[in-house]
Amino acid sequence: MHIVVCIKQVPDTKNVRIDPDTHTLVRQGVESIINPFDLFAVEAGLQLKDKLGAAVTAVTMGPPQAGDALRDTLSLGVDDAVLLSDRAFAGSDTWATATTLSAAIRKIGDVDMVICGKQAVDGDTAQVGPEMAALLDFPYATFVKSMEKLDERHFKVTRQTDEGVEVWKLPLPMLITVIKEMGEPRVPSLRHKMRAKKAEIPVWGAADLGLDPNSVGLCGSFTQVVRVFSPPRRTNRIQLSGTVQEQAEQLYRHLKQVKVPGI
Amino acid sequence: MKAIVDRKKCTVCGVCTDVCPMGAISLKETEIEISDDCSLCGMCVDTCEFAALSLPQVGTGPAADIAAYSGVWVFAEWRSGTIHKVSHELLSAGRLLANKRGVPLAAVLLGHRLDGALSEELISYGADVVYVVDHPELAGFRDDTYANILVELIRRKRPEILLAGATSIGRSFIPRVAASVRTGLTADCTDLDISEDGLLLQTRPAFGGNVMATIVCPNSRPQMATVRPKVMKPVPVPGHKGSVELVTAPEEWLRSRVEVLEVIPEADKTAKLTEADVIVSGGRGLRKPENFKLLEDLAGLLNGAVGASRGAVEEGWIAPSHQVGQTGRTVAPILYMAVGLAGAIQHVVGMQGSRIIVAVNRDPQAPIFDVASFGVVADLFEFVPEFIKRIRTERGENS
Repeated sequence: MHIVVCIKQVPDTKNVRIDPDTHTLVRQGVESIINPFDLFAVEAGLQLKDKLGAAVTAVTMGPPQAGDALRDTLSLGVDDAVLLSDRAFAGSDTWATATTLSAAIRKIGDVDMVICGKQAVDGDTAQVGPEMAALLDFPYATFVKSMEKLDERHFKVTRQTDEGVEVWKLPLPMLITVIKEMGEPRVPSLRHKMRAKKAEIPVWGAADLGLDPNSVGLCGSFTQVVRVFSPPRRTNRIQLSGTVQEQAEQLYRHLKQVKVPGI
Repeated sequence: MKAIVDRKKCTVCGVCTDVCPMGAISLKETEIEISDDCSLCGMCVDTCEFAALSLPQVGTGPAADIAAYSGVWVFAEWRSGTIHKVSHELLSAGRLLANKRGVPLAAVLLGHRLDGALSEELISYGADVVYVVDHPELAGFRDDTYANILVELIRRKRPEILLAGATSIGRSFIPRVAASVRTGLTADCTDLDISEDGLLLQTRPAFGGNVMATIVCPNSRPQMATVRPKVMKPVPVPGHKGSVELVTAPEEWLRSRVEVLEVIPEADKTAKLTEADVIVSGGRGLRKPENFKLLEDLAGLLNGAVGASRGAVEEGWIAPSHQVGQTGRTVAPILYMAVGLAGAIQHVVGMQGSRIIVAVNRDPQAPIFDVASFGVVADLFEFVPEFIKRIRTERGENS
């Protein structure tokens, strides 16, 4: 069984804070981390490796330094990694990203399962997984919290919805996007770290994937950002004061005035 | 490809170097330089007072048949017999867009044993026409059947705009629809408008809600967006008239590779975070698991849900399904009460879209107060019971 885990390198939000005066983003240094949801995806892949002896390949699209993120997954136990990097990929929207990633999965070949994190914490779109599934024509399930092999060709997955959980049966090859309940990421082992250090990570560009540079990156995107601005400032906070009873009274009145349901 | 600098307009003031999240802009003596690290995010473009920065354009593609697409569509979310509230909100938002464009507004209703009253309900929120597909295979949601049908309807009828709720259903299958019809999709929008040249302006939070981005889909149709629930206001249109068109789905639209084995509704009402109008959340300040009972009581009184910070979940005080924040749920209720939680950025990004935020914390320096609409500096174990008492008094209940 061959599993591909798609990951993304994102800015570490620990370095992000909001300037209280200008209400703009302050970033000291630009450290990158693996998108937290993608670490759950890596863990899901490694669990299948432990249980079923699956081979796990990690793939990311990004600038050359995204290779560091792939190396980190190798030190967790991932078998192989591929970096998709090309100036032509810059400015990709979710469609162009899905186009590039799915081309890589086709090139890798014989992939039984693709695992993605539910969403990336910088863009929060949750679109790339399902869009890839559409392009690969794989059945898929989103927001998966656990899975189990039923037989050689089928998996049972439990997915979290707004209303509860659903248990679905899907045939391979399939794609899933996973949430935290899939399992906390393991710690890197010394053995894998040593291997990761020496590993050669292939870099594939648009030409390697057989993609026309006009079909990827900003050129291949359907959507375009026309404006970026700071969110409207939250109206100034009302600080309540007085005894606990007085504060409870004030809060009650304020909430009643703005018609909070239930108050 | 990277951001474009108009050197005639650039005053080399350096403001853009600080806002670039990639650290790709450096200040040279007489000009700024943009490195290959540029991710084309556009943050610098809006910051520049001198309009010296711009982004290259998306591919123009075959734009020939764009004019053939007309009308605004709303995917009406039907769950076990009822229309989800987000569909009322979307019809109201869609009505305004349709009026601005001078085109009709349609609702698409998929399900089984669909009562005629449901179509009437959609019309009463402004739909001019309701396309109904009723089939036993559509009784439960599955990505492939729902997507196939919507894709076929889009190919036949060619709407220019399609909106769906950013719910667990909409965010799951709408990307498949967009990819299948080869068009753009913007996730989790909080504002929609029509530009001067008739394009859908889709505004959404990015970078965890720290910035807002307005996005367009210029060269493909339909322009598709999922919209965050509870943001748009539902406005009934009394006396509005509309028609209903029943569409028969051929078998090939209904073929699925997914088998639904079980649907288990959440038994714990307080865990239905994304649906709740009120969420009461607790953090490490609650000190022990039993104390979440206090928040459950308050949430219960307000018919709300109970949330938690990552800290409280990691302590094992409450199930992970309650976690709000970066690795948990993103919520935007009408009222969010943050009780005994500090307000780490990873928590704040998951709840700052809430309409009213109340922070209750002993520490006046806690960062949660920075995003609060109302701040209560008090011991939560004194304040929460008092607040519960106050609500009960109003209702004439004994505390």
